[in-house]
Amino acid sequence: MSPPVKIIGHYASPYSHRVEMALQLKGVPYELIQEDLSNKSELLLAKNPVHKKVPVLLHGDLAICESLVIVEYIDEAFDGPSILPADPYDRAMARFWTNFIDTKFSQPIWLAYWSEGEAQKAVVKETKENLALLEAQLNGKRFFGGDTPGYLDIAACMLGPWIGVLEEVTGVTLVNGNEFPALCQWAKEYSSSEALEPCHPDRDRLVAYFTENKEKYKMMAKTMLQQ
Amino acid sequence: MARVGGELKLLGLWASPFVTRAKLALQIKGLSYEYVEEDLGNKSELLLSSNPVHKAVPVLIHNGKPVCESSVIVQYIDDAFAGSGPSLLPADPYQRAVACFWAAYLEDKMLTPWGRVFKVKTDEEKAEAMRQTIAAVDVLEDGLKECSGGQGPFFGGDSVGYVDILLGGMVSWVKASEPLSGSKLIDAEKTPLLAAWMERFCELDAAKAVLQDVDRVVEYAKLVMTKNAARASNNN
Repeated sequence: MSPPVKIIGHYASPYSHRVEMALQLKGVPYELIQEDLSNKSELLLAKNPVHKKVPVLLHGDLAICESLVIVEYIDEAFDGPSILPADPYDRAMARFWTNFIDTKFSQPIWLAYWSEGEAQKAVVKETKENLALLEAQLNGKRFFGGDTPGYLDIAACMLGPWIGVLEEVTGVTLVNGNEFPALCQWAKEYSSSEALEPCHPDRDRLVAYFTENKEKYKMMAKTMLQQ
Repeated sequence: MARVGGELKLLGLWASPFVTRAKLALQIKGLSYEYVEEDLGNKSELLLSSNPVHKAVPVLIHNGKPVCESSVIVQYIDDAFAGSGPSLLPADPYQRAVACFWAAYLEDKMLTPWGRVFKVKTDEEKAEAMRQTIAAVDVLEDGLKECSGGQGPFFGGDSVGYVDILLGGMVSWVKASEPLSGSKLIDAEKTPLLAAWMERFCELDAAKAVLQDVDRVVEYAKLVMTKNAARASNNN
């Protein structure tokens, strides 16, 4: 019998969601341990002493941290449909774009939703340029990975359930159907995907979470943009 | 050197530690390639068309197809030339994950603040950025212990691997740190394993062939910081 698989995660974290998506696509059953981020557990602190963050994958005695490192681990350690492409060049392209999402894309779009006034204009411009690059990567495909979701779809999951929630909570519209029809279509494919359905986040719960934390995130954005 | 699997071209800049990573990987894998030195003040058509997203070096062009981002390039070299030279990443999925975790740590926690040292205006900001960088080096010492598993001086154990190459590309800049800032980034008293790592790394043939002259890097860094300071004061 194979060792148990658990995720230490949080329902509102797209990084945590990446890990769920990967396990779902591989067909690996898992237990999700919801972490209280305001009062971190002994387990989290022991299993991720360097960063003390979610997600952490527990596979038997092993602990793996950092969402994309975890996704690649899941692809290699378990049988099931491949998440990364087989061809080395295609793998490099997938890694280039996941690197782009984590180093260039994520912070500006986050700031674009939570900031205001003059400071917001610059991050909105940067975000739209980044969104255009991702829009072009879809290039008529259902998913970044082709007919089925792959590595980049997992990395880009924030563009699925989270965008609708953030746009509702903040009143800021960025990913509109006129400028980004392919990304909007992708979000629909994502939310109607049978393969991913079991781990779809609860929209109402996300709306409640981000509404509750609205002032905190707005304050954080203001501080970050002042630097 | 072997001419394996097609034509390789590397677009680079001699001073760049990220380009040095690509050179190290190619050297260690025994691959021959054409090197093109870019003028970042006058970027070539080839660079702009090969890396339209970042317009940065290094870019590895393999049979006309570009690969960008140094960490992606190193992994690509390992994947595409699996039969040539040693493997850069472990075969075991968990050991690979440990290596990739520490590679991500290096980029995010050490290199990000270190980059700020060369860009920020005030001495206070520089000192704070250096403090964060040195704090990350302390943690990286544990990373070296975990990755090597006591099997050798390298992150890859007794042979050079992915994390060794990512950090190895930075070595001339690490050495330049003391003349530039007065602080040692890798101090044998605080991080003895990393200090030993650096000594052993520099003894490698690949390192001797590829690492930049430290004095040249110091002069270059001073020039960059002067330019950045001038640009900052022109903006005020």
